[in-house]
Amino acid sequence: MRILETEHLTREFGGVIAVNDVDFHVEKGLVTGLIGPNGAGKTTLFNQITGMDRPTSGKVIFDGKDITGLPAWKISRLGIARTFQNIRLYKELTVVENVMMGLHFKVGKDPFHHRFAQAVKSYVFASRENREVYHKAMEWLSFFELEEHAQDFAGSLPYGKQRELEIARALAAEPKLLFLDEPAAGMNPSETAHLMHVVDKIRNLGVTVVLIEHDMKLVMNICDNITVLNFGIKIAEGTPNEIKKDKGVIEAYLGREEEE
Amino acid sequence: MLNFFQLILIYAGIYALMAIGQNCITGYTGMLSLCHAGFFCIGSYATAIICKTFGLSFWLSLPVAAVATGLVGLIIGIPTLRLKGDYLCIATLGLGEIIRNVATNFNPVGYNSIPRASLFGYQFASRNKLAFIFLIWAFVLIFYILFQQLAHSRLGRAMIAVREDEVAAQSNGINVTKYKISSFVLGAAMGGIAGCLQTAYTLTVQPGSFTFMVSVMVLCTVVLGGMGNGKAVILGAFIIQFISYLPQLTGLTNVIPAQAKQIIYGLLLVVMMLWRPQGILGRDKYRYGDPRTRMEKLSDFFRRDKKGSRAKGGAV
Amino acid sequence: MSTLTLYMQYIVNGLTLGAIYSLIALGYTMVYGILKFINFAHGDILMVGAFIGLLVYTALTGDASPSAWTLTAFFISMLVSMVACAILGMLIERVAYKPLRNANRLAPLLSAIGVSFILSNGAAWIFGTQSRRFPYPFENEPMHIGSISITPHQIVVIAVSVIMMVLLTFFVNKTRMGKAMRATSLDQPTSQLMGINVNRVISLTFAIGSALAAVGGILAAFDFRVYPSMGTMTGLKAFVAAVIGGIGNIQGAMIGGVLLGILEAVGAPLLHIPNGMKDTVAFAVLIIVLLVKPDGILGKNEREKI
Repeated sequence: MRILETEHLTREFGGVIAVNDVDFHVEKGLVTGLIGPNGAGKTTLFNQITGMDRPTSGKVIFDGKDITGLPAWKISRLGIARTFQNIRLYKELTVVENVMMGLHFKVGKDPFHHRFAQAVKSYVFASRENREVYHKAMEWLSFFELEEHAQDFAGSLPYGKQRELEIARALAAEPKLLFLDEPAAGMNPSETAHLMHVVDKIRNLGVTVVLIEHDMKLVMNICDNITVLNFGIKIAEGTPNEIKKDKGVIEAYLGREEEE
Repeated sequence: MLNFFQLILIYAGIYALMAIGQNCITGYTGMLSLCHAGFFCIGSYATAIICKTFGLSFWLSLPVAAVATGLVGLIIGIPTLRLKGDYLCIATLGLGEIIRNVATNFNPVGYNSIPRASLFGYQFASRNKLAFIFLIWAFVLIFYILFQQLAHSRLGRAMIAVREDEVAAQSNGINVTKYKISSFVLGAAMGGIAGCLQTAYTLTVQPGSFTFMVSVMVLCTVVLGGMGNGKAVILGAFIIQFISYLPQLTGLTNVIPAQAKQIIYGLLLVVMMLWRPQGILGRDKYRYGDPRTRMEKLSDFFRRDKKGSRAKGGAV
Repeated sequence: MSTLTLYMQYIVNGLTLGAIYSLIALGYTMVYGILKFINFAHGDILMVGAFIGLLVYTALTGDASPSAWTLTAFFISMLVSMVACAILGMLIERVAYKPLRNANRLAPLLSAIGVSFILSNGAAWIFGTQSRRFPYPFENEPMHIGSISITPHQIVVIAVSVIMMVLLTFFVNKTRMGKAMRATSLDQPTSQLMGINVNRVISLTFAIGSALAAVGGILAAFDFRVYPSMGTMTGLKAFVAAVIGGIGNIQGAMIGGVLLGILEAVGAPLLHIPNGMKDTVAFAVLIIVLLVKPDGILGKNEREKI
C-alpha cells in the first residue's frame, strides 16, 4: 500500500527546474532511499512534500489526502516528520527540551474539550503538563540511548548524537512517515553503524522511513526500495539489487563515484 | 529626595509593565519590535477618552485600553510579523511613529485634568504617591505571575521554539504565525495597560511624550535585565529609572546635561551586547526539562540554601 | 505656469532630493551587501558629517559673503568631513559591530540602535538641539531654463552626487580593493580562503559608506538645516531608497534614491498630503515597500536554505 505519492511534482527556481515532473511513491512500512548526485533535487523534493516550500505544479498525496501546498506545521500534524540536512536543533535548549518541542501537538489533546478550553487548561495546569511532557520526552531519549545527556545543551552534543537527537525530536510526534535528510552525513563508521541500528528500530515501530543518503553501503543495506534522481528527473526506482544493476544509474551516479 | 525615590518606584512599575510585554515579544519569541511607545500612546489616549470624554470609570478604561492596544497590535502584526529581524525592526519603528503622528493629529493638545481613579471610595490623587506605588506594583505582581505562567506553558514553549528556529518549529507542528501574533498582541496589550496606569497617575496626556526614546528605554530595560527572564526585566526597570532620575537624586541637575540619560541608555545597549548579551541575570534559570513539582522545587530551594550547594542529581 | 512645467519643476526638485538619498542609501546597501545587517547608526553619521562640515566651513570663512574662497572652503570642509566620518564609521564598526559578527542575530542590531542613540544625543549635548542654517557658499540666485527654475545649489548637489557615484562605480569595478569588496559580498568564507583580508574590506566599506553619508549630510543641510536628529528621517528615507533599489545592490541604491526623491517631490503636491501627515505617509510607504517588494527592483530573491 502506498502511504505517499507525488504526481508530476515540479519545482522551478527562476528558470532552473530543481524537481522535474517527479512521480515518487513510498510503500507503507518500508524504508525508502532517495539517492542521486549533489544538486539532483532530493532536498527540494523533501521540502515540497513536507510543506517547507510550495511546488510549482503537481500534487502530493499522503494517506489518500491531497496535501499539496499545506503549511508545514499542518503537514507535520497530519503525521509527516522530518530532519534537516544541516541539523536544525534548538541549540540553546537542553536535549530533553528539544524532544519536548517535538511533542508540541501531542499534549493537551482532550477530545471532550473545545480548542479554547484546551488552551486555558494547558495554561492553568502548565506545570503538570510540563511534567507529563517531560516524562514522555525522557522515554524517547531512552529509546535513542540519549538519556544521560538529557540536561546538556543540544548544541554541546557531539555531531552524531545531534543527528540522533534530531531524529528523536521528529519521532516524538509519532509520525506515520519520517523523512531523514542525510542522517549519516559527517558521522564516523561506528556512529553510522549505530544509526543503521536506530533506523531498524524505527522501522520496527511501524513508522515508514524515507531517507536521503550518500553513504551507499548504508543505503543498500537498510533500504527496501530506492528511487534515484538526477537533474531533478527520476531516472530509476526499484530494490537495491535492481538499482545496482541499472545502467542509467551507474552512468549518472555510481559510475562517477567509482572513478574518484 | 524621598520624593524622587517614590517617583522611581512609580515609573519603574510602569516601565516594568511595558517591559513584561516587550520581553514577551523580544525575549521569548525573538522579534525585535520597536513600537512600544505607540502601544503606550494608545493606552494613554484610550484611558483619557474613556475617563474624560465619556466620564466613565478608570476601572473600565483599563480593560478597554488593553483590548484596544491588543487589537491595534493584531491589525499591524498580521502583515508585519512576516518580516525578518532587521526589516521587522524598521517596520515597527515606522509604525510607532505613525501611531504617534495619528494621535497627534487626532488631538494635538492632548488631555488635561482627567478625572481621578478611585477604589472603594478612595481617590488616587497624584500627590499621594504611596497609594500609586501600591496600585502600580499590584498590577506588576499580577502580570508578572500571569506572564511567568505563560512562559512556562505550552504557549510559552512554542514561542521559544519560534525564537530558536522557525523552520524547525514548523517541522514540529508549531504554527509559527499564530504564536508570533499571539505574542505580539499580548505584548502590545501590556503597553496599553502601562499607558492606562501612567494616565491615572499624571492625569494628563501629551502627544509629544510618546517618542521613539520610550521604545528604546523599554528595549533597554529588557536587554539590561536579560531577554527572556521575567525577574530580570523588573530589575532592569529599576536600573533604567534610577539612571533617569540620577541628576535629581544627586542634586546635579545643573551639571548633568539633559541628554546624559539617553547617552547612557545607548552606551548600555552597546556595552551589554559586547560583554553580557544575556543580560545581568541571564536567561531564565527555569527550564522546561524540570520534572520536579512546585513543592519539590520549593524544598530543593531551601535545602540548597542550607547546604550552600545545589542538590545533586535533580534537574536544575 | 502650466501644470506640465509645474511638474517638470517638481522633478528637478526631486532629482536634487533623490541624489542626496542615493548617496546615503549607498552606505546602507554596501554594509548590507557584506554583513547582511542594517547599520542603524548610518543616519546619525550623516548628521555628524553635516555638523563637522558646518563647523569647518564657519571656522574657515566666518560670515564672509560668497566668493571663490567660500566655494573652496566649502569643498575643503566637505573633504575634512568625509575623512572624519570615514574614521568614525570604521571606529564604530571596530568597537560596536565587529565583536558581534558571530553573535545572535539580534545583537548587532541592538548595538547599532545604541550607537545611533549615543551619536544623536551626544550631538544634542555638544551642539544643542536648535537647528542651524548652512550658509550658501555661492550666490544662490535661481536660473531659468524656459519656465523651470533651477538654483546653483541644486546644480552643486546633483554634480557632487554624480561625481561621487562615478568615483564609487569606478572604484568598485576597476580596482583591486573594489573587486575584493564584491567578492566578499558574494561569498565571505570563500573570499577569505582566496586570501582577501575580509576585516579590511569591511572597514573600508564602512569608511566609504560613512564618507558618502557625510557628503549627503552636507548637501542635505542646505535644504533641511543642521540639527542633531536630522539623520533619523533622512536616514530612514534613504534606507527605503536602498530597499526599493534592492538592498545589497549598489546600482539599485542609486536608482532607488532618485526614484524616491522624485516620488516624494511629485507625490506630495499631487496627492495634496497635508504637512502634518507627511511623515505618516513616508512611514506608511516604508512599511508597504518592506511588505510588498522586500527584494527591490534590482535585488535578488534570497531564500533561506533549508
